[in-house]
Amino acid sequence: MEERTIIEVDGLVHRYGDFLAVDHISFGVREGEIFSFLGPNGAGKSTAINVLTTLLPIQEGRVVVAGHDVSKNPAKVRESIGIVFQEVTLDRDMTCREILEFHGRLYSMQREERRRRIDELLELVALDHKRDTLTRHLSGGMKRRLEIARGLMTRPRVLFLDEPTIGLDPQTRLKMWDYIKAVNEEGTTIFLTTHYMDEADRLSDRVSIIDHGKIITTGRSYELKNMLGEDLVYLETSDNSATRALLEQLESVTRISEKGHGLVAVVNSDGTRLLPHIMETLGQNGITLETVNLKKPSMDDVFVHFTGKELRDEGAERPVTTAARAGRR
Amino acid sequence: MARLGFLTIYWRDMLRFVRFKTVLVSSLVQPALWLAFFGIAMAANFDRLAGSVPTIPGVPVVSYLTYMAAGVIAMTTLFTSLFGGIVLLFDKNWGLMREIMASPLPRNDVIFGIALSGMTKSFIQAGIIMVFGIFIGAEFFLGYSAGQTFISLLGILLFLGIFSLGFLFLSAAISISLESPEGLQGIITLLTMPIFFASNALYPVNAFPPLLQIISGINPLTHLVNGIRFFAIGDDFQSIGIHYTATTGEIALSLCVLAIFAAIMFALAYWRFQKAVVT
Repeated sequence: MEERTIIEVDGLVHRYGDFLAVDHISFGVREGEIFSFLGPNGAGKSTAINVLTTLLPIQEGRVVVAGHDVSKNPAKVRESIGIVFQEVTLDRDMTCREILEFHGRLYSMQREERRRRIDELLELVALDHKRDTLTRHLSGGMKRRLEIARGLMTRPRVLFLDEPTIGLDPQTRLKMWDYIKAVNEEGTTIFLTTHYMDEADRLSDRVSIIDHGKIITTGRSYELKNMLGEDLVYLETSDNSATRALLEQLESVTRISEKGHGLVAVVNSDGTRLLPHIMETLGQNGITLETVNLKKPSMDDVFVHFTGKELRDEGAERPVTTAARAGRR
Repeated sequence: MARLGFLTIYWRDMLRFVRFKTVLVSSLVQPALWLAFFGIAMAANFDRLAGSVPTIPGVPVVSYLTYMAAGVIAMTTLFTSLFGGIVLLFDKNWGLMREIMASPLPRNDVIFGIALSGMTKSFIQAGIIMVFGIFIGAEFFLGYSAGQTFISLLGILLFLGIFSLGFLFLSAAISISLESPEGLQGIITLLTMPIFFASNALYPVNAFPPLLQIISGINPLTHLVNGIRFFAIGDDFQSIGIHYTATTGEIALSLCVLAIFAAIMFALAYWRFQKAVVT
């Protein structure tokens, strides 16, 4: 399949007063893919999405969405995109049908087309039985689905999703991913921002890691993980600094970092074969091994590797994250 | 195809207006209560005082209730219109405005849509006050033929419409520029006081000190009340001892003042909406 670029960003900069929220970012999104911005809260993801969707006037750089320059032709950009905002933006006092009807009218859709599209979408997001229910009576997951349906109402070429599963319970998140994949398979390009590693990992074709307003790296999630080597070995020993010195002599160990009470070694060979050798060497040097763990790199590790820190979560969202992670096991 | 995007905004606002029965009913009953309690109480006093003033022979006498009913219609329109834009502020605070701002809908359509629904609400309220006022004894359209009454009603709606548009544009401009409903409430209270009391809505302005007379002369509310009285009562009457006459030219001038006011307020709203960034 021919790969065409549907979003082109070149040297985008956005400031709030003195604060540099987006710092010279450039990237491209290919038509038909799911592309993620992964980064902590406050990394500049929402600012970037607001510029791409024309809600914020562009300050510096060039952004082309669906063939239209956001600074020269914002109206054309608006016609080509759908948006699902981070917070719920549904009128509590309107029914599901009215929400979609209002949206269709905003985009000058014809009556007959609106009617047909509302039927299709309510079925797609499994809300046809809630058609005439006020949105105030919907659950969190239903609200999100209705917002996705609304974002798709006008058959946009690109759908922007800003933190699509924030605050949802684990089962609902999984279902939401299925809906997003289904929408993507129908041909809609998806641009999403998230601070959940698993979301970026499992949902997207390509990921950009963004921190402090800068894109740190971009690639397919397995490519990013492979950059870290084959396996990660975690060790807690009686003498970590001596262990470190020993590990540094091993050829297949590419990188060593401290984590908690132990050390993490990134290795570029098969960890299951290397580990007995490491344990033997430690024993010969009189170092007692307390804990050992071997695992494949995850997106978390990728993030730590590229940003040099854990994905920081703001306090308020911690319980959600923990619950969501626990639910995956 | 004609661009009628403002009807989308209008549709949503009216949908919510009729959906909430308590809001609907209270907004309709409240002006009637004003007329019933304040009107009847004040009318009793004013008519007693006016009894000691000699009437001018040959000029029809109009009761105070009739006189102030026109003022109550104007006052209700003022309040409803000034608060008409508050829905924009709520939409902004609840994030709902982003859907509209990110859509291809021109921003003028938001202003017109909200103004049109506010105007509709004012028309409904004015209709209720008129019917209720006539019911409790306001002598509107006295001696008019059916045709004259119809034309007078159209005249009143024209004045009410342009007046309410002006204040709805102002309300929309303030709402889109502010962050909190409390701020809007404060500004509106600050505005309504002088507009309401430095006008001829409840009493004649003839005895005002000169400065207050000037304020009253440029006050849109005064011109609205002039228009309503002209169409509902007539061009030559006396009430509480004061002789009121109005020529067609004077009424046309009042209409012009309202139109100019509305145009300026639209320009203000247009400017505020073009500058507005909602994220």
